[in-house]
Amino acid sequence: MVEAIALAHAWEMHHDAAVVVIGQDVGANGGVFRATAGLQARFGPDRVQDTPLAEATIAGMSVGMATHGLKPVAEIQFMGFMYPALDQIVNHMTRMRYRTRGRLSCPVVIRTPHGGGIHAPEHHSESTETLLCHIPGLRVVCPSSPARAYGLLLAAIRDPDPVMFLEPLRLYRAMRQEVADDGQALPLDRCFILREGSDVTVVTWGAMTLECLRAAAQLETMRVDAEVIDLATLSPIDSDTILASVARTGRLVIVHEAARNVGVGAEIAALVAEHGLYDLHAPIQRVAGFDTIMPLFRLEHDYIPSVERIVDAVRRTLSDSL
Amino acid sequence: MTIVAQFEVHYRQILDPRGRLVGPLPAFAEDVAEIIKMYAAMTRVRVFDTKAVNLQRTGQLGTYPPSLGHEATHIGIGAAMRPEDVLAPVYREFGTQLWRGVSMTEILLYWGGDERGNDFAGPRHDFAWCVPIATQTLHAAGAAMAFKIRGEPRCALAYIGDGGTSEGCFYEALNLAGARHLPVVFVIVNNGWAISVPVASQTRTQTLAQKAVAAGIPGIQVDGNDVFAVRASVSEALETARHGGGPCVIEALTYRLSDHTTADDASRYRSESAVREAWALEPLLRLREYLLGLGAWDEVREQELLADSALAVDAAVQEYLQSAKPSTDAMFDHLFATLPPHLEPQRALARKYASKSSGR
Repeated sequence: MVEAIALAHAWEMHHDAAVVVIGQDVGANGGVFRATAGLQARFGPDRVQDTPLAEATIAGMSVGMATHGLKPVAEIQFMGFMYPALDQIVNHMTRMRYRTRGRLSCPVVIRTPHGGGIHAPEHHSESTETLLCHIPGLRVVCPSSPARAYGLLLAAIRDPDPVMFLEPLRLYRAMRQEVADDGQALPLDRCFILREGSDVTVVTWGAMTLECLRAAAQLETMRVDAEVIDLATLSPIDSDTILASVARTGRLVIVHEAARNVGVGAEIAALVAEHGLYDLHAPIQRVAGFDTIMPLFRLEHDYIPSVERIVDAVRRTLSDSL
Repeated sequence: MTIVAQFEVHYRQILDPRGRLVGPLPAFAEDVAEIIKMYAAMTRVRVFDTKAVNLQRTGQLGTYPPSLGHEATHIGIGAAMRPEDVLAPVYREFGTQLWRGVSMTEILLYWGGDERGNDFAGPRHDFAWCVPIATQTLHAAGAAMAFKIRGEPRCALAYIGDGGTSEGCFYEALNLAGARHLPVVFVIVNNGWAISVPVASQTRTQTLAQKAVAAGIPGIQVDGNDVFAVRASVSEALETARHGGGPCVIEALTYRLSDHTTADDASRYRSESAVREAWALEPLLRLREYLLGLGAWDEVREQELLADSALAVDAAVQEYLQSAKPSTDAMFDHLFATLPPHLEPQRALARKYASKSSGR
């Protein structure tokens, strides 16, 4: 996936001179995960810049650059280091268009790794997308494969408004996939159906798509046909695709790595309760991280929902209907 | 026009890279046993560091930030602080922590993915490692505020790296410390590199020490590879702060001889020749030369020290490797003083689905 992200950067930088890449270690080092590898050599140190080590700087300068003709693609090195940037994101970046009645706007992409599972140090494994999804005026996107990372990143850069682009670090090197480097964007604000099924709808995103697809394969051996939906854009939510799926399956299981309390899963459950309640044959199930701190890595796989937990939750939706 | 403000930044070196005295000998350095104690501690942390990197390379430790080349700064500060002072480290200052009583096993536990490493038996009042950048400087200022309010003769000492001086928190901490005349010392360990970004790309300032000037605090620069200069300067700053003289910023010039962490590959962004040159300035070499010159050291004692250090490190490694994985309850046990009832079902769920793996 990490190569696909670098490819998408390069395509758009080549075709749009307004695109600039900023962040810590994105230049000579090519990013700590190599997501910007080769860009500085190709596009020069003005368009691919190592910033001083300061996240508020990165977000704040993005506001200034974006309101004055550039399209910054900024990297925050780890999601746990996002918080100094939030003041700029909440108070300026996402309300610039609104408060100036469209006179100024912020076409900014902020990329950051998301989630755990690679034995990383403290503050390097969190999934706090809920904080971001609550910010009005911000799109939150989370790809789950190299091809979707490529297509969605292009769409994010071309979008006229701020996009938070969460990259599951467990997927950076988890799978190999041929990606056509053709500049084709994928749609924002749409889910992707990864596996069609008729018995139960499983909605997830990011690295948890791996566990959900494994759970679906196990369920198939139990003659349960699960539909797996990659939410992809976490805010705003594509409720049409989810509601249509639940209308067919009558059952919904939501799976995310982030803590359960007030999570994005709660919003999906509320949408289905509001608009699809009579389609449900069983109560909605949520399988999520616990409402505690993401532990250091010896326990991280006890925190991240397992295939077993997902399978059991699906089976509960089936037994409740009997 | 008239000049309304002027500043100067002093640089201090006592032992040059070849172990020759170039400044007045501080009182502590007149005691050869004390010098040997510092040299032994510097050697031990280097042996520990080498082992920790090997453990990571063989899959027995998580990502680890080596302290190679920082030994004089870390031990000099450890020796300058009093036990009752408070340390706010970054994440690399193992030498100071070992001097203050944190155990090697505890260090390995934390970097091996286990929060129990933060619960040191040693200095119970010290802060734990701080991975977010520069935030610890404000914690130190806050601790110093507590000492000031209670009238306790104690100081806080915060570490920060050269890259960290770009963060807002750093300036806020200096400002607060200056405005309230707090008993806190900030040590900027300028090792030249914030992962791949050299300090010259981080800031246009001539020295990092002069960043203190804008906060109304004295700022000095020391040779961070010279344990005499570090200890003397930090001791003086702490004693000034302890007796109501206010805060200080000390920039210790050293070099990160290793990769940023075991997840980094510094060969991608810096030349081997620069690293080779930095090795000629490294801190153990000059102190050993000085001790040899005094006739207080020889090859036999050196080998004994290395062997003793290896034994101590190996014992800690064994203890670490034998540590059982924490139970899943550990995810809930210290979230609040008392676990709220709504988390009890989650704790039970975590137990039910506990993975069988060792977590390593």
